[in-house]
Amino acid sequence: MTTSAAAAVSQGHVHRDDLGSRMGMWLFLFTELILFGGMFVAYAVYRFDHPAEFELGAKELDTLIGTINTMVLLTSSLTVAMSITAIQRGKNKLSLVLVAITILLALVFLVSKYFEWHHKFESGLYPQSPDLLNKPPGEILYFGLYFVMTGLHALHVIIGAVVLAVMMLFIQRGVINKDSYVKLEAGALYWHLVDIIWIFLFPLFYLIH
Amino acid sequence: MTEHERQHGDEVHVVSYGRYVLIWLGLLGLTGATVALAGFELGRWIIFTALTIASIKGLLVLNVFMHLKFEDRVFRIFAMVAGVILLIFIVLVFFDYAFH
Repeated sequence: MTTSAAAAVSQGHVHRDDLGSRMGMWLFLFTELILFGGMFVAYAVYRFDHPAEFELGAKELDTLIGTINTMVLLTSSLTVAMSITAIQRGKNKLSLVLVAITILLALVFLVSKYFEWHHKFESGLYPQSPDLLNKPPGEILYFGLYFVMTGLHALHVIIGAVVLAVMMLFIQRGVINKDSYVKLEAGALYWHLVDIIWIFLFPLFYLIH
Repeated sequence: MTEHERQHGDEVHVVSYGRYVLIWLGLLGLTGATVALAGFELGRWIIFTALTIASIKGLLVLNVFMHLKFEDRVFRIFAMVAGVILLIFIVLVFFDYAFH
């Protein structure tokens, strides 16, 4: 710590750079965009090669579950966005409840994803399964991309839920409060990114038939 | 607002609950629209309508939920650069792929 910073702290000034913290979070989100972006490029190329087989693959997915999961994630984005307004207005309890609802919705998403995958596994569709390997190459590619992309997305949902649980702890302990809530903002930004990825995954996998 | 924040021009922008709910309703409406459109036999156009609606939804989340609209201009420039880089990836891959 420099002498001027030490002096500022002793005088009671809080030295932090919220704008810089948010910018750091955004830069991290761009790397996530490139991570998923590479997969979207792979999807685009293979779909360009096998349009008919991709449509056949999409017919095997349940559009209703996909639609419900989309609405669940959109609603969770709403509640986490509202939690920031709540903390800005000094309503810590309300903010805590809103983050809790967000985590609950994340769990709803994961449980329905579990049933969706379980149903696929039951009907013999999983990576390297004999039933899948008997299908035409385009469908093998479609389901390969489906499992990898929705799987990586589900991993992000789990990480996001854990991050938000830590944010709840911070709110409870007063680390996050009316005057200092950049941590909650960063957690919420991550959560919204997970939502945006799903906004693109949903039509590309469920709605192309 | 603390003294520190004012010094760095980092204004606190509080978005009302109502505005968030309005955006959420819009997002649900667009989801309904994209599902409904998939029911028609649009053929190859389905991918264009689906991606257009998804992009509008993404922009709503970015601008309002993620506060990009209320951030310093440099955030929007960064986001645009990231988007353009992704677009370059996609376009270059297809130039290579479609003409080789």
